[in-house]
Amino acid sequence: MSTRLLYFAWVKEKTGIAAEEVELPRDVTTVAELIVWLKTRGPEFAHAFARSDVIRAAIDRTHVRHDTRIGAAREIAFFPPITGG
Amino acid sequence: MIRVQQEDFDIGAEVARLRAGRSDIGAIVAFVGVVRDRAGAVEEMTLEHYPGMTEAELQRIEAEASSRWPLQASLIVHRYGKLRPNDNIMLVVTASEHREAAFRAAEFLMDYLKTRAPFWKCESGPQGSRWVEADARDDASTARWDDAKDAAE
Repeated sequence: MSTRLLYFAWVKEKTGIAAEEVELPRDVTTVAELIVWLKTRGPEFAHAFARSDVIRAAIDRTHVRHDTRIGAAREIAFFPPITGG
Repeated sequence: MIRVQQEDFDIGAEVARLRAGRSDIGAIVAFVGVVRDRAGAVEEMTLEHYPGMTEAELQRIEAEASSRWPLQASLIVHRYGKLRPNDNIMLVVTASEHREAAFRAAEFLMDYLKTRAPFWKCESGPQGSRWVEADARDDASTARWDDAKDAAE
C-alpha cells in the first residue's frame, strides 16, 4: 500500500518536491523512523530533515508527535513549526 | 464558521452578517491580523497552507472555543497567497451575551490558531526572502489554556 507524503514551506523547498506517493519499508513503523529513512533518500532529503527535532508532522491531517505509530496512514505531512495568524 | 480564502475581507460586512437578525448577542469582539513591515525589509508576504488540514484544524479550534465559553456565534477567516504590508491576514470574531466570554474566546482562538493552524509565512524584500520563524512565546501563550479547562464562567 502506498502512502502519500507531503512537504510544506522550507521542508518543501529543501526536498524540491511538494508531494509524492511512496511504498514505505516494512520496518518503518513510527514518524521518527520514517524521518530516519527519508534522510537516506538523497542529499536533498538529508538536508531537509537535518534538524529533525524542529520538523513537525501530521498524519491524515492531524498533528502528531514523532513517536506516533504510522499504522494505516494514507497521508503524512512534514513541515516547519507553523507561523499563521 | 470558518473560511480560508485568497481574497480580502471586509470586517464591517463580516460582523454585520454574523449578527444579522439576532437579538441574543450582547458583545462582539473582532481581531484582525495585519501584514507588518519591518523597516522596509518586507515588500511581500506569501502565506502557504495545507489545504484540507487547515480547514479541519480551524473547525477543531472553533469547536473547542465553543465548548469552553458560551458563544452565540464565531467566525474565523484566514487568507493565503501573496500579501503586502498593511494587508489583512486574518479575522476572528466572537459573539456572546456578555463581553468576558467573547474576549477570552477570541484570545484563545488566536493562541490556538497561531500554534495549530498549518500556515507558513514567507517574507520577501530587498534582502531576498526568508521563512518567518515560529515564536516560542506563541507556544507559551497557548499552553496557559491547558490549565484553564474550566475557564468558562
